[in-house]
Amino acid sequence: MSFIVVQAITGLASAASLFLIAVGLSIVFGVTRVVNFAHGSLYMLGAYLAFSFVAAFGESFLGYLAAILLAAIVVGGVGAVMETSLLRRIYRAPELFQLLATFGVVLVVQDLTRLIWGADDLFAPRMPGLDGAIQFLGHAVPQYDLFLIAVAFVVLGALWLLFRHTRFGVLVRAATEDREMVAALGIDQRWLFTGAFILGAALAGLGGALQIPRQAASLSMDLNIIVDAFVVVVVGGMGSIMGAFVAAVLISELLAFGVVIFPEITLVLIFMVMAVTLVLKPSGLFGRPEFTMAEDRRNPDPPLRAGDGLSRIFWWFLLVAGVAAPLVIGDFAVVVLTEIAILALFAASLHFLLWGGGLITFGHAAYFGLGAYGSGLAVFHLSLGMAPALLLAPLAGAAGALLFGWFCVRLSGIYMAMLTLAFAQMAWSAAFQWVGFTGGDNGILGVWPSAWASDPVVFYYLAFVVCAAVIWGLRHTVFSPFGYTLRATRDSALRAAAIGVDVTRHRWLAFTLAGAAAGVAGGFFAFAKGSVFPDVLFVSTSVDGLVMVLLGGLQSLAGPILGAIVFTEIETELTRLTDLWQLFLGLLIIVLVVVLPHGLVGLSALVRRRSS
Amino acid sequence: MSAPAPALRLAGIEAFYGTAQALFGVDLDVPAGSVTVLLGRNGAGKSTTLKAAMGLVNVQAGRVFIGSRDVTGVPSYKVARAGLGYVPETRRVFAGLSVEENLVVGERAADAGVAVWTRERIFDLFPPLAGMRARLAGQLSGGEQQMLTIARTLMGNPRIVLLDEPSEGLAPVIVQQIAATIQTLAAEGLTVLLSEQNVRFAMHVASRAAVIERGRILVEGPIADIAADDSVREAYLTP
Repeated sequence: MSFIVVQAITGLASAASLFLIAVGLSIVFGVTRVVNFAHGSLYMLGAYLAFSFVAAFGESFLGYLAAILLAAIVVGGVGAVMETSLLRRIYRAPELFQLLATFGVVLVVQDLTRLIWGADDLFAPRMPGLDGAIQFLGHAVPQYDLFLIAVAFVVLGALWLLFRHTRFGVLVRAATEDREMVAALGIDQRWLFTGAFILGAALAGLGGALQIPRQAASLSMDLNIIVDAFVVVVVGGMGSIMGAFVAAVLISELLAFGVVIFPEITLVLIFMVMAVTLVLKPSGLFGRPEFTMAEDRRNPDPPLRAGDGLSRIFWWFLLVAGVAAPLVIGDFAVVVLTEIAILALFAASLHFLLWGGGLITFGHAAYFGLGAYGSGLAVFHLSLGMAPALLLAPLAGAAGALLFGWFCVRLSGIYMAMLTLAFAQMAWSAAFQWVGFTGGDNGILGVWPSAWASDPVVFYYLAFVVCAAVIWGLRHTVFSPFGYTLRATRDSALRAAAIGVDVTRHRWLAFTLAGAAAGVAGGFFAFAKGSVFPDVLFVSTSVDGLVMVLLGGLQSLAGPILGAIVFTEIETELTRLTDLWQLFLGLLIIVLVVVLPHGLVGLSALVRRRSS
Repeated sequence: MSAPAPALRLAGIEAFYGTAQALFGVDLDVPAGSVTVLLGRNGAGKSTTLKAAMGLVNVQAGRVFIGSRDVTGVPSYKVARAGLGYVPETRRVFAGLSVEENLVVGERAADAGVAVWTRERIFDLFPPLAGMRARLAGQLSGGEQQMLTIARTLMGNPRIVLLDEPSEGLAPVIVQQIAATIQTLAAEGLTVLLSEQNVRFAMHVASRAAVIERGRILVEGPIADIAADDSVREAYLTP
């Protein structure tokens, strides 16, 4: 019994910091409708800043407290800069672009933090005066844990006062309900948005700063916490403060006890809570249902024609270049080219979902990774050869997409993006935690092609032919009756349903098809690399795919191919020259979203229009 | 002697929802101190006209003047600050806020020479609201919500009030109260532009009328003339 109480207290202490970050995310979303991926970066920044401030003047209890508060204030300032310089430009952009742009900030902040503070984990001293433990029912409970719990309640109370008893708070609540009406009543929303964002950023910074006596400041804290915070916000209800509090406690207690009962699947458990919540009550425990309703796209893309002269030339050129290239380029270039072919298929399958179905996925890595693991595990555990292992890849991708897709296609917009992300992270954590089966962090090694395909050139041709065929198949699907129906559900789900289309089923099928195609790419990727690591399932793989699609241009079938080529080339060249690849990629994403939302294809169309 | 500039003037407004055009060159003058009603059927463009004045729809051509000030393309919060108050069709109270908090959102200092509304005067005008200051707006009846939206807009001390179908979906006794409210506002010197389908209600409160059909103003003038014109009534005003 006493063990349960102590474990519950530990859970509450974790809930405290989770609440601080999630509530900020929730407030910012409520007012601006932007899900800020970089919220975790602000949390990380808070931890690093607090570390430096503590080193400077944190010897006493008050000095330490001042260091924590100063870190929160500085992060609030960073938030102000971020809101006024970037977010303000993307409030009207589609959700996908908002997510990507803020993910770009994640990458930039990560590299900058590494430049300033170094790559090693930083351990701060414990907080003076709270470095001991008190005895409780025969167990030692850290004093700092109790302090954290107290801080959470103080913040909850302060937020309650702010939102109930100040004009700013009332305006924020009003704006969360109906922004247009608030503007029509003469309120300049810009300062409201900035104010809410500063508040959210400062809370994230506070959460991070408060973490340093408990855990080292590290470069992975941002993405680790943001995914948990997404779960909390979704479960609690977007825009709800009480929801964030209740869900933070729920999730943290689940983790605290889950670790004891099912240590291998605790992470999976969290995402299952999220998935179940989204299916049963999409708006979350305390959320408002209208946030979950998707608007129909107001400016549908112009209809796509089955290829005018120019695009036909592009496809033939690609085919000829792909066949002829190995004859003229060196061995290393062939390896790069193989990767391009594989990633082009990955990007094309993602594009099929995004553009063809209008389905916003932020977790396409799941199906790519499942394909890779499907092949890798078949080789490792079943000693299968390359051909049967490759055949398993699309099945693994499709099976995962069939299962996850059942949940995901019932949602739309930002909720769908977050659930797809959650499922991908679930797959990632399974690969990461289930060491006995997947090798965990050490990955699966020795996934080499069969003898007949061991020559890089032969393997390239195999990959090229299969990937090109699958891409052709996807393209064909877009122009099939199924593809037309799918695009109808994209342009207006309501109207499509009104003429008798089963929207959910079409989306589910599209999801599964795209999953199978991504699985093929993943299978080849495993054999191209000779190994499979959990990274293939990580959110950064999904983002790479999204960048390729965006880089090429969302409105064209050639976009993802072009994007994969350019992206892989840039990455290959840049990682050789500098270790600031992430910084560059982050800036590239931000520039793409803000300046070039139609990608390279859009750029060429723009140039053509200007010159004619 | 030239006529004084109208309180609100719309000139050649063309407005769009996405790619669909809703207004095709709307011209409308609202004289200062008048109660003007915009009559028309469902989908004729009444609400869009009011939203265009407020800067809430995509106006591609034409000009909006408040007095002599051009507010075309100005963000709606600035239009509101220029003296235009907007009461939307579907009421749109902040359901999760109390009655009092809804009024706080609307609160704004008055310009010189404008009737000043305080919370106390608002509660005098709408006695039912006084007894439910702490109640959530989402829990009010339709009529109470209609009062609250008007009250909320008045808290901004506007010179001109736009009312989008204020009688829609309300019980007859409430409609009478709303009519009385509009007459009170006119007596206070406010300029009122309302949209209506209910011709009887319109005749009761308005002095001038304009008829809109398919995004264009067809006729404009004293309401008695327009209501008396059988051809207009037959063609454009019967539901």
